[in-house]
Amino acid sequence: MNRPETSALVQLTLWRLREFTREPEALFWVFAFPILLALALGIAFKGRGPEVVRVAVEAGPGAEALAQSLNADGRIEAAIVDSAEAHSRLRTGRVALVVGAGDPLVLRFDTTRVESDIARLVVVNAVQESAGRRDVAVIRDVRVTEPGARYIDFLIPGLIGLNIMGTGMWGIGFGIVKARNDRLLKRLLASPMRKSEFMLSFMLSRLIFLGFEVGAVLLFGLLMFGVPIRGSILAIAAIVVIGAMTFSGVGLLVASRARTIEGVSGLMNFVMVPMWIFSGVFFAYSHFPDGMQPVIRLLPLTALNDALRAVQLDGVALAATAGPIALLVAWGALSFVVALKVFRWQ
Amino acid sequence: MPEAAIKCRELVKRYGDLTAVAGIDLDVRRGECFGMLGPNGAGKTTTIEILQGLREPDGGEVEVLGLTWDRHEGELRQRMGTQLQETKLPEKLKVEEVVRLFRSFYRRGRSVDEVLALVALEEKRTAWVGKLSGGQRQRLAVACALVCDPDLLFLDEPTTGLDPQSRRQLWGVIEEFRRRGGTVLLTTHYMEEAERLCDRVAVVDHGEIIALGSPRELIASLGAEHVVEFALEQGEAPPDDVLAALPGVEHVARENGTTHLTVSRVHQVIPALMRLLSERGASLSELTTHHASLEDVFLNLTGRHMRDE
Ligand SMILES: Nc1ncnc2c1ncn2[C@@H]1O[C@H](COP(=O)(O)OP(=O)(O)O)[C@@H](O)[C@H]1O
Ligand SMILES: [Mg+2]
Repeated sequence: MNRPETSALVQLTLWRLREFTREPEALFWVFAFPILLALALGIAFKGRGPEVVRVAVEAGPGAEALAQSLNADGRIEAAIVDSAEAHSRLRTGRVALVVGAGDPLVLRFDTTRVESDIARLVVVNAVQESAGRRDVAVIRDVRVTEPGARYIDFLIPGLIGLNIMGTGMWGIGFGIVKARNDRLLKRLLASPMRKSEFMLSFMLSRLIFLGFEVGAVLLFGLLMFGVPIRGSILAIAAIVVIGAMTFSGVGLLVASRARTIEGVSGLMNFVMVPMWIFSGVFFAYSHFPDGMQPVIRLLPLTALNDALRAVQLDGVALAATAGPIALLVAWGALSFVVALKVFRWQ
Repeated sequence: MPEAAIKCRELVKRYGDLTAVAGIDLDVRRGECFGMLGPNGAGKTTTIEILQGLREPDGGEVEVLGLTWDRHEGELRQRMGTQLQETKLPEKLKVEEVVRLFRSFYRRGRSVDEVLALVALEEKRTAWVGKLSGGQRQRLAVACALVCDPDLLFLDEPTTGLDPQSRRQLWGVIEEFRRRGGTVLLTTHYMEEAERLCDRVAVVDHGEIIALGSPRELIASLGAEHVVEFALEQGEAPPDDVLAALPGVEHVARENGTTHLTVSRVHQVIPALMRLLSERGASLSELTTHHASLEDVFLNLTGRHMRDE
């Protein structure tokens, strides 16, 4: 029976953990960074009721009265400026719409900007109402801001996925390239150490902190913004563990041949940046064209984010995420096997 | 049990156009300390790493402890200890953690305490590797090599860059390993190290063995025990054949304006040399004598000094 002191896998994993806990910067990036990011984005997009619509009124006859009647609507913020200034503000996005008083009233705006379209509707409504329009249908507004449907709810699982990818890749990549440069890998090769155990220790060491890492973000979302956890914690744990293993495998593969820190950084960015953009971390990947969807769905971070959101926000059972999980396992296993094959030890 | 601890024949390794190892034959006997002595770039590291199964040779045969790397890698790795040139052990780990890590790779071996005592690092056992001095790090590297209680120890320039005290400390560790019957193959470019530690030495230059024997035999091959070195302030040094004709001179070598005479009887050579120089109107800027060493062997064979500092 192997005691812990004599088990190479235990000792190798302890090595990884010590390298990590004895590096204060690493701790910051893993724990504090996602929370700070969630805080900043959560505040920036916090539901504050309908947005204020900013418009410029061109100076001229009737401008004064028009501005007054627009400002009477709580949603509109109208300022009178001369024509050149009004256009410059429109161009630089400080106003969504320029209004020219007169008959007919002139509205200038850019149809490619969503907020301009909204501004036009709001302004038209205010102008018509103050001119005495009578509504024919009766409408009652009911405002809803339900936890689970806000931006912050979308964001928290995405940040967890992002963090699992980032720590898996950076933590492993730098550690391996440094050991390679220090000729430490060669020294290990000269011993009877099993190569697979060396690789496995990187994956195992990720598990130890994962609970804290993910728990911190989940708890922060729950306490600070009331982001719900609708599915089972165990299901989330299972997905997180599988995701962490997957990205450790990918990290090993990325670091398997690089000789310099610059080289491995470049490679990691090459692998990760597309997933930051396409895998639905900060916004839904349904924004991308239909033709790209099958490719996007094959990315491991897409699978991880989808599975996390389904369980956390929609409360589905683990079995319902079998597809994304199978994809993650495939990525992880394939990367690990290829990394072991092509690994450069010296 | 086969007699040879290491046996290799016609070892060749090329890097592009450069032939780093140009046909080396070695027979290291069990229980002996064998040294490869040579300047930087001679091919020592390449050779010792091929023997350890860390680089593939382009040609030649290698047998270690009667086994081959192709067929017995697992067993060989269990039985050899190694220290590689330029390995940096993990700086964030403590001394005892590093030794425990290496111990965990082997089926059998010594305890962490035992090994730390062997290299006199008990007091540093909880210090971070990053905080150790150069000599302490090197002793830790040797501790990691000894932790499996190896039959065979490979050391690649174990004392390069160390101060004299640290060097002597490491020599003590290696001698202790020898006393327990271990076999050592070490490389060095310090002749004192080879003279003190090695039973036999192969002098290596440009990937070839240019002399082989015990330090005493190699020095004796100079045919004389002393070396007279001189440099001139003005005038020209006499030609080799004139110097060689002086009584007791066995060999003449020149390097960077200094002339080296290998001599058997210093008391006869010096007066004759002074007479010769004054006849030719030359005056000395420097004159020294010393016992012949392996350095002189290398100089006589190659016309160069071993160390280029
Ligand atoms: N991996 C390598 N690639 C190319 N050239 C190398 C490599 N390793 C060593 N050499 C060259 O081979 C020669 C012998 O090197 P080495 O075995 O390190 O010598 P030593 O250990 O005696 O200083 C040197 O000229 C060195 O530059
Ligand atoms: Mg060398």
